[in-house]
Amino acid sequence: MSKILININGKDYSAEPGKMVLEVAKDNGVYIPTLCHLEGIKPQGSCRVCTCKIDGRNMTACTTPATHRMVIETNTDELEKIRATIVELLFAEGNHFCPACERSGSCELQALAYRYKMMVPQFPYIFPAKDVDARNPKIMIDHNRCILCKRCIRRKLEKDNPSWFVFKNRGDKVQINIDHELTADFDDELAQKAMDTCPVGAIIRKEKGFDVPIGSRKYDKTPIGSDIENKGATL
Amino acid sequence: MDNTQSGKSGFSNSDNCTCDCKSLDKILDSYNNDPVRLMDILIEVQTQCGCVSDMAVKTIAEAIGYSKVDVEQTLSFYHFLSQTPTGKYAVYLNDSAVAEMMGRDEIAKAFVEEIGCEFDSVSEDGKIGLFSTSCIGMNDQEPSAIINQRVFTKLTKEKVAKIVKGMKNDLEVEDLVGTDVMSNILKQGPILTKDSNLGEAVKKAVTMSPEDVIEEIKQSNLRGRGGAGFPTAMKWRFCRNAEGEKHYVFCNADEGEPGTFKDRVILTDRPQLLFAGMTIAGYAIGSDEGILYLRYEYKYMEEYLEGVLTKLREEGLLGKDVAGEKGFNFDIRIQFGGGAYICGEESALLESAEGKRGEPRDRPPFPVVKGYLQQPTSVNNVETLCAVAKIMHKGAKWYRSLGTLESTGSKLISVSGDCAKPGVYEVEWGFTVNDILELVGAKNVQAVQVGGPSGNCIAPNEFNRKLAYEDLSTGGSLIVIGEERDLLKDIVLNFTEFFIEESCGSCVPCRAMTVQYKNKLEKILRGNGVAEDIDQMLSWENVMISNRCGLGQTAANPILSTIKNFRELYEDKLNKDTDFVSEFDLEVAVQESCKTANRVPNLGGE
Repeated sequence: MSKILININGKDYSAEPGKMVLEVAKDNGVYIPTLCHLEGIKPQGSCRVCTCKIDGRNMTACTTPATHRMVIETNTDELEKIRATIVELLFAEGNHFCPACERSGSCELQALAYRYKMMVPQFPYIFPAKDVDARNPKIMIDHNRCILCKRCIRRKLEKDNPSWFVFKNRGDKVQINIDHELTADFDDELAQKAMDTCPVGAIIRKEKGFDVPIGSRKYDKTPIGSDIENKGATL
Repeated sequence: MDNTQSGKSGFSNSDNCTCDCKSLDKILDSYNNDPVRLMDILIEVQTQCGCVSDMAVKTIAEAIGYSKVDVEQTLSFYHFLSQTPTGKYAVYLNDSAVAEMMGRDEIAKAFVEEIGCEFDSVSEDGKIGLFSTSCIGMNDQEPSAIINQRVFTKLTKEKVAKIVKGMKNDLEVEDLVGTDVMSNILKQGPILTKDSNLGEAVKKAVTMSPEDVIEEIKQSNLRGRGGAGFPTAMKWRFCRNAEGEKHYVFCNADEGEPGTFKDRVILTDRPQLLFAGMTIAGYAIGSDEGILYLRYEYKYMEEYLEGVLTKLREEGLLGKDVAGEKGFNFDIRIQFGGGAYICGEESALLESAEGKRGEPRDRPPFPVVKGYLQQPTSVNNVETLCAVAKIMHKGAKWYRSLGTLESTGSKLISVSGDCAKPGVYEVEWGFTVNDILELVGAKNVQAVQVGGPSGNCIAPNEFNRKLAYEDLSTGGSLIVIGEERDLLKDIVLNFTEFFIEESCGSCVPCRAMTVQYKNKLEKILRGNGVAEDIDQMLSWENVMISNRCGLGQTAANPILSTIKNFRELYEDKLNKDTDFVSEFDLEVAVQESCKTANRVPNLGGE
């Protein structure tokens, strides 16, 4: 199939057909922030952080297929404000205490808060009473930190397994639920996979942690999105 | 929200339900252990046992090949499905804004006193459960409640006493007091007027080619009556042209927008018209299966509607070779929801019909391309399909002569609130709000909520606006709010809480921002708001419109539209002496820790 032509932030690019706007932007060195997206799993567009102006409408870049002559804005003040506000909403909605979290420094939510220079959310904290579910022998689910991105639900950790992770309830009472019977024999490999799937510190391996010292972690060294933006600068 | 409607047979007051596994197996068998029919399975278990117990979840999961938690994730989404027992009788009292206006508080107190238990709980003997629920489509006859799938309207304290006494004496639900849902059709227009031989409409359609049927609908300029106003013919054409193993017709009868009840009236008084419309849609898009997605609140109609469908089959208007047209097979089944406003959104409706949580899908692809079971599906509103049948019978030209140039035909309006004659009015598009207020006998009107909470709250200076897609667009409801009401406290707060309760919880702004809106509004109502609070609420609108679906995008409309049209009501309540009010109360904040540590709080005062 021949390539398609799209316009991102006023510049024309050619792209492979059949890809999502997010991927096309990344291929061309344009970083669009995300939270619920994870490469290799079906996109869902629930965090809304990757919202872009696509042909004049607010659409999520992770779920919108790029089409010929599409016009995309990724970084207007309005869009950046929406992203920053969503990040603030998540901080106010949950109980995120970064200094005590194993994922501090490799947490995508924290990394985006740094990107948007958030000092404190504009919203009053809700301080909801939430549990830590430590029944699984290998992992803990800390509902305080969960941003309900559904990555763990969407990613099949093993081929064709029935759902291990699911949603429960709805609205502001929605939470992640794990099937304890089916995950009782989780091994270290699956536990690590589950933890790596989580963008924040809601899925944490037991009996293991702080292997990498704080200060030397992923986003401590390279701010989120900088890899893509650096590539863009050299293109 | 984990509560439910109870059934007629067994009930339980223990943690585990008492239903025997044989009846569960029978239910599972009747749906061939098909996970797509999970909603039907859960609803039947709920009806029979008063809950879907852990044991039942386990059995269902094994039968349909799901994990236990996967069954739970559907179950926990719907208001009328519950994992814990809800009593032999489960009372669901409507808590919509209009119910409150009509004296719901007094009725709620009466239920609590008579039953002897609080809301969201079951009486000690396990017999009666008491719960609240979002609008049940009875705004013209509030206060009203659902008890074991039966609707009780215009409740009074005396009626409540009689109902509770009856439940305590184990009467059948039918015998508690007369169930008396009124249709209240107060103005008939082209749709409601009984002038069509409905068989003729279907017969006429099948003599034409499907393309010509679509063209006729196109000529009529019919647009979707659910609220969005998408041209019906265009939807059908997309659907017809989409490739798939099978095409589906869906009728969206989820009517969850508070204040809207016109679909209930159509389903009660003109179901043949609707089914004719669905059949014509099936012929036009090349489908042999129609599914009526009906909200759980209207479950009391099930037997009646099944009877209508049976009769249509007998008359040859459903089934094989419909209306004598060789090779055109079309039948209709009813799919019930489980209590979720969001399922009125077409893609959420399809998810629900597939046995899943009612979460809207990402688009594209649109349902006309990949809908029910990933097949091309046309989802149309009840009223739209009724218009289709009339257009087929009387012609596009006739239909186009009604209404305005851009909004042809008529609109059914559900009117409720502070007026003399609440009910259903069918008017041609182009009627002004004033025209309708006059019809319904409304005086001293402070505001009119057009199109439900997700719509627009307008002030008298806009009552001369026309109901039309090009002016005031509406899915079909007007709530009249009298001068004596506290608009922000009685209406806007209720609507905002409704959106929190009914969000699917998927998109961050819809799930979390609605809570922030409510907190901010309550702060203002407490007299602690400052000018900046209003500006902040306005500034969040951009984030709300980034939500995936129409519910999320409009969830702040109750607040946004009243700030726009009634700003002075907010400003009157502001604390104007300062630009910051701290609501932090040190004494309250340290109370718990001081109690735990057995210390007297040192609040740093004199």
